[in-house]
Amino acid sequence: MVTAAQVWEALAEIPDPEIPVVSLVDLGVVRDVAVDGERVRVEFTPTFLGCPALEVMRDAMARAVRTLGGEPDVRVISDDSWSTDKITPAGREKLRAAGFAPPAPREATAPTLVQLQSGVFRCPYCGSKDTKLENIFGPTPCRSVRYCNGCRQPFEQFKTI
Amino acid sequence: MSERAQQLLELADDELILGWRDSEWTGIAPSLEEDVAFSSIAQNEIGHARALYELAARDLGTTADALAFDRSPEEYRCAPLVELRRLDWARTIARHWLYETADELRLAELKSSDDAELAGLAAKMDREEVYHRMHAQMWADRLRGDERFESAVEELWPYAVALLPEPLRRALSEQVGRPLPSNSLLLELERGRHSDELDELLEEMTVVRRSIPGATW
Repeated sequence: MVTAAQVWEALAEIPDPEIPVVSLVDLGVVRDVAVDGERVRVEFTPTFLGCPALEVMRDAMARAVRTLGGEPDVRVISDDSWSTDKITPAGREKLRAAGFAPPAPREATAPTLVQLQSGVFRCPYCGSKDTKLENIFGPTPCRSVRYCNGCRQPFEQFKTI
Repeated sequence: MSERAQQLLELADDELILGWRDSEWTGIAPSLEEDVAFSSIAQNEIGHARALYELAARDLGTTADALAFDRSPEEYRCAPLVELRRLDWARTIARHWLYETADELRLAELKSSDDAELAGLAAKMDREEVYHRMHAQMWADRLRGDERFESAVEELWPYAVALLPEPLRRALSEQVGRPLPSNSLLLELERGRHSDELDELLEEMTVVRRSIPGATW
C-alpha cells in the first residue's frame, strides 16, 4: 500500500514545467497529501491563477500517484495559502544557481513600486546590489526583469507573492 | 440564479473581457516592455476569470468553459468599461488605471466576505493585482497633465463608477478626486448593457470553440 511519504518523494521528482531546475515540492505548491486506502488526495496551489502550466502539473502529479499504485484525486486550491515564502531554502538556492533571483520575503504590507525600484535586490550572477528595475513584468507573470550595473547582465527577479 | 453565482459571473466577465482587450496589445504595444506587460496582465486577468467561472460553474451545474464561451452576448454581465475596443495608448492607460483603482476597492470588500471560498480567492487575486496597480500607477503618474490622457480619464470616469456597486462608488470618487456622475448617465452605462463591440469580441473569441461543437480542447 502506498504511503504519504512515498507520494511526497515522488512529487519531489516532478520538475516545474517552466523552470525545470526546481521541483513542485521545492516550489512549495503541494499543500497536502492524504492517503486513504488506495485513494491519494493531493492538494496543490497555483503560483499564479493564470499559470498555463496548471494542467501539466496536475496531470504529472496524477501520473506519479498512479505509478505508485494509488488512485489520484488532485485538487487545485485557489486561495491565499501559497506565497513565494513557501519556496524551500533548497529551491531558492537552485533558482539562484540557474540565474533567477529568488523572491524577497512577503511583508505585512503589499510590495510597492518604490521597493521594486530600490537597490535591495541582489544580482544572482555577481551578488551586487547595484541593480535596477527594467520591467515589472517578464517572460512569465511570476517574474520581473532587472539589470545589474555591476556585471552588466540582465536577470529575472521572482516577484513576491 | 443565486446572488452568489450572479456576483461571480459579474467579476469573471469583467476579468475575461478586459483580459481579452489587454491581449489585443500583444505584438503591437508602443514598446517591447509594454508588449510583455499587457500580455502578462491579460494572462493574469483571464486566470482570475477561470477561477471565478469554476466557482460559478459548480453552483450552476455547468463548466467554466461553457460559461466563458457558450453564452449569448446579452447573458454576459460585464461592465461597459471593459468592452471598449482598440483604445489608443492614452485611453488604454486611463482605462487600466481607473479599472485597477476600482477593482482594488471591490477586492478589499470581497477579501473580508463571510464566504470563505470567495474571500480566499479574492485574496489570491489581490496579490497579483498589486503588480497591475503598480504598473497602472507608474503610467498614470507619467501621463498626468498630458491633454490626451486627461481627456481620456474624463471620458471614462463615468464608466469606472458604473463598474462598481453603489455602496463603493463614494470611495472611488474620493480616491480619484472626481465628483460622481449623474444617475441618468450611470444608468446608461449600467452593467449588462452592451455595445456592438462586445458582439464583435465574442465572435472572435469563440470562433475556434464554435468550429467543432462539443470538442474537448
